[in-house]
Order: sequence, then structure tokens, then C-alpha cells
Amino acid sequence: MADRFTVALAQVSPRLADVETNLETYAEQIREASGLGADLLVFPELSLTGYHLKDDVSEVATRLDGPIARKLREMSKGTAFVAGLVEESPDFQFYNSAVWFEDGEISHVHRKVYLPTYGMFDENRYFARGRRIVAHEAAVARVATLVCEDFWHPSTSYLAALDGALALVCPSSSPAQGMAEDEDCDKNARTWELFTRATAQVYGLFVFYANRVGFEDGVGFWGGSEIVGPDGEVLVKAPYYEAAMVCAEVDLAAARRRRIVAPVLRDEDLDLTARELDRILRGRQ
Amino acid sequence: MTQSPEVNPQFELPSNLSLLETVLVKFLADEVGKTGCEKVVVGLSGGVDSALSAALAARALGPENVLGILMPYKLSSKESLSDAAALATATGIETRTIEISEQIDAYFSQFPEADVMRRGNKMARERMTILYDHSARQGGLVLGTSNKTELLLGYGTLHGDMASAINPIGDLYKTQVWKLSRALGVPDSIIDKAPSADLTPGQTDEDDLGFSYAEVDRLLYAMVDQRYARDELLQAGFAADFVDKVARRVQRSQFKRRLPVIAKISARTIDRDFRYARDWGL
Repeated sequence: MADRFTVALAQVSPRLADVETNLETYAEQIREASGLGADLLVFPELSLTGYHLKDDVSEVATRLDGPIARKLREMSKGTAFVAGLVEESPDFQFYNSAVWFEDGEISHVHRKVYLPTYGMFDENRYFARGRRIVAHEAAVARVATLVCEDFWHPSTSYLAALDGALALVCPSSSPAQGMAEDEDCDKNARTWELFTRATAQVYGLFVFYANRVGFEDGVGFWGGSEIVGPDGEVLVKAPYYEAAMVCAEVDLAAARRRRIVAPVLRDEDLDLTARELDRILRGRQ
Repeated sequence: MTQSPEVNPQFELPSNLSLLETVLVKFLADEVGKTGCEKVVVGLSGGVDSALSAALAARALGPENVLGILMPYKLSSKESLSDAAALATATGIETRTIEISEQIDAYFSQFPEADVMRRGNKMARERMTILYDHSARQGGLVLGTSNKTELLLGYGTLHGDMASAINPIGDLYKTQVWKLSRALGVPDSIIDKAPSADLTPGQTDEDDLGFSYAEVDRLLYAMVDQRYARDELLQAGFAADFVDKVARRVQRSQFKRRLPVIAKISARTIDRDFRYARDWGL
């Protein structure tokens, strides 16, 4: 673990169901991030495959012991990165996964837990559900990975923070929707920004939010990727609605200072939470 | 009689014009570009919807890649033609005029009893076939010009003016179309005139429909976008018969917004369990 490191976010526009082309994009982005001196590059959710895959999910799926994963491992020998892909498990389940590739190896896999299946979303129809929210030791720091909708459930960031994460890494494919007057982005973008910044401040941690851009079937993705510091300050922000790479240096001392100023995590009463959860669970049975 | 509450800000449609322009222009550039086409073909009626679609396309693809086709029938108003010409000047797009009177009259000489609706539908579909022929001729996509209000009300001709490959304004209510058109420099004469299908002289949409776009947009926005239930709408001041009439129209025109019904026989039926994005492979 380093005290200071550099994180880059690849705000790309993947080509739907075309892994080969998207792999080329990955290679270019990795080269660019390496040129910027990035220690970690975060790609958006499902950026290796595109988002509205529907019946193509099984066609574009990646086995973590298969040839695509081998290529990705190879590509991670210089700069570590988090890939967004369809993971096919040995028992033929398909997950919307964020996979950590570090130094030629797969170091961690997060399977998206909360698969939105409402409004324009239909993920639970096509994907199996992840079952874990955990922090893990990445080369840069102890982090937790939350894919898009996972982040909308406050329980996930709560668990991640209690599990010792100093940064939440959030690959996303978030659509532009809703409009408010006098804003330079759509309503959904603004709501996300409230969440990322509030979460960072409450727990005193960093948020690396990587969102995609481009259109699929008329649905636009708003981009606006950002790195948020533990006091809610935005360290770097990508433009809305256009492809970009942004990068910033992260200094973990900022998390230390924030946790001194606002020791919310220190005061968090886990026993109380466990007791009350237990009571609520029993009441529901 | 007021059918919908006018002063309640809750039901005011948002209109962030610079955001709309950004997203819709990018949408056209991205979705048209993916198909390998550079051009679009759009039927110009002289009305605000086709004017806005064309203006957006001119910004997204360059005016040289937008072909506007005027397809007047002999009873079409002369202002429609001059308005369409003014739009061409304002946007820099190329236009051409193709009269449809001969083929329409030839057909209806066999069916002289046909009413205005049949004649209007036939003209809309005639225009559609011309647009699709020019789509093939030019290698350009047919650009849609139906707004959200008319799509929801089913106020359009299936396989006629509702037909297109790509529609930048289908999620904008009519009142939003007006505002965005103003911001994009669509000529005032097009925006300020009463909306009309231009089937018979003096006909207007709002007379046909029996309510104003301002009223129905507020209702549809509350009902569709904000998901207000019937009793909540009445409580908020919308008239019951207005709510019911509009709800019925939306429901009865559902078929116009979907593919034809396919009898399911196999294990994998198109659009039921054979599901792919429209952008599949693009």
C-alpha cells in the first residue's frame, strides 16, 4: 500500500457486443493511462461488451480462465486496471462483474449484487446476482468495488467502509435521464453526484467513479466520471456526454485528516446495527 | 373550461434547452454514424416537428448531409411550402419538392367516397414510401418527426408519418418541441402558427383533438412521466372527463407504438424471447 498514487478513469464508449474492438480500446486506454503515470485505471461497467446485451450476454461472456482473460492479464503487466465484463463462471452462470487485473494476475472479482430490473433496466433477466460486498487489498490501497446500482444501496458503502475500504471503486453504465432547468447535466447525473460526494464525506474515503458515454438504442450515457476526495471535494471530473480520460493523484493522508475531523466510522456502533438488523429480520419473518 | 391546472409548478414540463440540444445532437451523430450512413432524409411538412428534427440533424451531421423533401398535395397550404423553404434557408439543408397529387388522385378516383381520414392516411403513407425510396437512393436514414405527445395520443398515421429509422424528438412533448425550436433558430412563422396536419384548409390539431397541447402536455407529463394515479390527478385539479379521454386514447393507440402481434409457436419468438438491441451488431 502506498500513501500516494495516481488513478485514471477511462470514460469510453464501448461498441455493443464487440469484445474484439473493445479490447483494442482497452489497450489504447491502458497505454494512455500508463503515459499519465497511473497506478490504477478504472474502466466503466460492461465496457468490454456494451450494456444492452440482452440475449447476447452468453455470446460475449468471458471465462476467467479463458483466452480473453489471458489477454487482459497480459495487458495488466504495466498498469493495473479494473475491467467491466460479463463473467461466465465454471457452472455457467453469467455475472455483471468488475475484475481487477494487477501485474499479470486477476487479483479480485466483484460480481454486481444489485441488478436493476425496473424502468429501462432488465439486468436480473440476464445476469446472476453477486452475493458479497467485501473490501480487498489492492496494490494501491484497501478498496471495495461496487458496480453502478450497488452504490445506490447505502448498505453497500456502509459495509465497505466498515470492512476497511479507503476507496470505493465504482464502474458504471449510468444513463442520461430526466431534466432539470439550469443544470449542465441531466437529473440522473446530478443525483449520482450527490451520492458519490456525500458517501465520500460520511465515511472519509475516496470514490473512483468511472461512467461510460455513447448511445445504445437511443439511450445515452452521461459520463461525468470523477474522483472524489474524503471531504467531498472533486479532485478531477470528466466532461458530460463525451469520451475522455481523467486522472488525479490520491493522497491517503486526506482520508486520515477527514477521519480525524469527522470520526463517523470510529463511532459507528456495529453491535447496535447487528441487533437492530436482527430484530427487523425477525419481525419480517 | 380549464381541463388542467395551469399554475401548479409540479406539472410544468422541464425544458433545459442547452442540455436537450447537447444530448439530441450527440444522439444523432452517434446513432446515425454507427449504421455507416452519413445522411438522413426528412419529410418537411412546413410544421414545427419536422423543422426541429431537420435542424437537429443539420447540427449533428452537417447541413450538407440532410435532405429535406417537401411532398405537397394540391390542397396543401401554400404557407407550408414557404415555411419549409424558410427552414431550408435557416439551416442550410438541401430540399426538393415532389408533388403527390397525381398518384393520390389516381387512387381515390376508384374510391371517391373516401373520407378525410382515409385520404390523410393515404397521403401520409405515400410520403413515407417516397422518403424510403430516397433513403435507398441517397444512402440516408429516414428521420422521424413524431413528438411524444402525438406518439402517446396515437395522433399520427401508422406506417405513415410515424415511420422512421431514427427519431430525435420522440421523447419531447409538443410544448418542449416549440421551446427547443425557438432556441435552435427555427423560423418564427413555423413555431407561431397553429399546428395542423394540413389535410383540409383551416384544420388544426387542437380542434381535432378537442384540447390544447399545453393542457394535454401537463396531463401526460403527470400521468406518464411522473406516474400520477387517476385519483391523484383529479385531486390536483385535472377534469375527470379530460383525464379519462386522454388515458383511453393512450391505451387505444398502443398498437401504433409496437410491432404487429406475432402468434407464438416456437420456443424463441421474435421480440418475446428473441431479444436483441436494435443496435445489435452496429
